[in-house]
Amino acid sequence: MTKTSPATSSISSGEANFSNSYLVTRELSLSYGDRLAFEDVNFEVDRGEIVALIGPSGCGKTSFLSCLNRLTDLFPNCRVSGRIQIGSLDIMNPKIDSIALRRQVGMIFQKPNPFPFSIWKNIAFPLKEHGIKNRDCLDEIIERVLRDVGLWDEVKDRLKSSALGLSGGQQQRLCIARSLALEPEVLLMDEPCSALDPISSGIVEDLIASLRRKYTILIVTHNLAQAKRIADSAALFWVQNGSGRLIESGPVEQIFNAPKHSITAAYASGMRG
Amino acid sequence: MNNLESRSRKTIACKDGALAVLVWGTAIAITGIFLWIAIDVTWHGIGQVSWEFLTTEPRNSGRDGGISSILISTGLILAVCLGTAVPLALGTAILLAEFTATHNRFGQWVRRSLDMLAGVPSIVFGLFGNAFFSITLGLGFSILSGGLTLACTILPILIRTIEVGLRSVPDDYRLGAASLGVSRTSTLIHVLLPSAIPSLIAGLILGMGRAIAEAAALIFTSGYVDRTPTSLLDSGRSLSIHIYDLSMNVPGGDNNAYASVLVLLVLLLFINSTATGLSKLWMHRSI
Ligand SMILES: Nc1ncnc2c1ncn2[C@@H]1O[C@H](COP(=O)(O)OP(=O)(O)OP(=O)(O)O)[C@@H](O)[C@H]1O
Ligand SMILES: [Mg+2]
Repeated sequence: MTKTSPATSSISSGEANFSNSYLVTRELSLSYGDRLAFEDVNFEVDRGEIVALIGPSGCGKTSFLSCLNRLTDLFPNCRVSGRIQIGSLDIMNPKIDSIALRRQVGMIFQKPNPFPFSIWKNIAFPLKEHGIKNRDCLDEIIERVLRDVGLWDEVKDRLKSSALGLSGGQQQRLCIARSLALEPEVLLMDEPCSALDPISSGIVEDLIASLRRKYTILIVTHNLAQAKRIADSAALFWVQNGSGRLIESGPVEQIFNAPKHSITAAYASGMRG
Repeated sequence: MNNLESRSRKTIACKDGALAVLVWGTAIAITGIFLWIAIDVTWHGIGQVSWEFLTTEPRNSGRDGGISSILISTGLILAVCLGTAVPLALGTAILLAEFTATHNRFGQWVRRSLDMLAGVPSIVFGLFGNAFFSITLGLGFSILSGGLTLACTILPILIRTIEVGLRSVPDDYRLGAASLGVSRTSTLIHVLLPSAIPSLIAGLILGMGRAIAEAAALIFTSGYVDRTPTSLLDSGRSLSIHIYDLSMNVPGGDNNAYASVLVLLVLLLFINSTATGLSKLWMHRSI
């Protein structure tokens, strides 16, 4: 790792190493109460890759992403078992500092969820929480990330007006900027384009493609064409025997052109299998 | 065929008409009753109300003079009541809404007790306040006892409205904040509480309305001495008790009773509209 991540430096007991890949899950299962959402997911991602998670509704994609930044801690009666490693961090270690972890692993939601604050404060608030309080420093970061997401020219004259007045696409880009400001290493994106019109969706998609190599990105999408366009590799989830499973993962060429599994072949060609 | 159609159309029109009459009738009846009271009170009371009435102490058991000491006592009782009830309610509501799951045993138990407390007649609170604050804690008949007793009567309603307000803040904000590594405390202070301000104000309006109108709970706790209180440990007479006393126990007190009711009504309207205004202002500010 080039950067020292806040989570690693603060938690020495969180060290783990059971694979050479950057992000690894082993026998990961999750249940809500006694209902199994997905089970036995073994998954590897290399550093800087864009990975598309595809599969029908309810197969556990959102739940899977939520394990990776321990957002599952917020859901009552949600139980996760198995192992997760990101970099040299053991995510499942109960002693891990979840606040530092979530700074390192950012998340973008399906529905844009800016806070009911001004555009400026939307980005500044989490930064201040992480100890960046200097006004000039904040201004500089805010301008940089807004430029990164291509929003600067659109909003530079109204940074102090409410973020809720932005269009859906602009709100989603603001949410991405808000995450980028924390300099994460991993970005988890849960259908970031699904609530947007085709033009905004295209803009956000280009934005995600431009983040390739700088961040490790896991993106859930129902849009197979989009997955093919932006992802390096893909993973198909499917409901089998009442719970979600990872059916096949590999480079996009494999998943879409030479799938090894019949369900993948059917899903990728747009049939239901 | 034609005949049948027109008949069914007729019955529908008839039903619609009946419903309209019913709805309008109820609405008019309710506003009518309120208007009747308001007009009657204003009619009888407006003559007495003057700057002098508001700024002089009552004389001759309240038949003459004004209500200055009564207003001061009422204000102090209200201040003690809100000063205790609001922080307690806020803390409990946060605990219930943010730190206990909906189906958690403890939370359900607290909620059920609160709902039962909300239904307890205020005379019972008055007796409890007398036994606990006045006698056990030795506060006697005082503004402090009265205010604390009132705080007990409005706690349930305050807690439940604030809790509902906090719960109605979309989970998107909680998840969004958590995913950015913002701590729960900061999320609460910077995101959730500001979004719940309108419901907090609604709770305050309901609570203050109930507190100002309360008489039964105060008779046994703050007493009915009509002098201007010099400390919180003095007995003090609230506006509603003054009205009760003038109209029930003091022959010839009717005129000043009417005037006091008018002041009470205006006070309630004033509290209501400032609170609503504040809440609108806040909404406007945060959008
Ligand atoms: N908070 C929760 N409590 C209980 N069950 C849940 C919860 N969240 C999700 N589930 C269940 O877990 C399963 C997986 O849900 P999840 O949201 O992860 O699916 P998904 O693949 O993201 O679906 P979609 O494509 O529709 O977003 C579903 O059957 C869902 O009903
Ligand atoms: Mg989902």
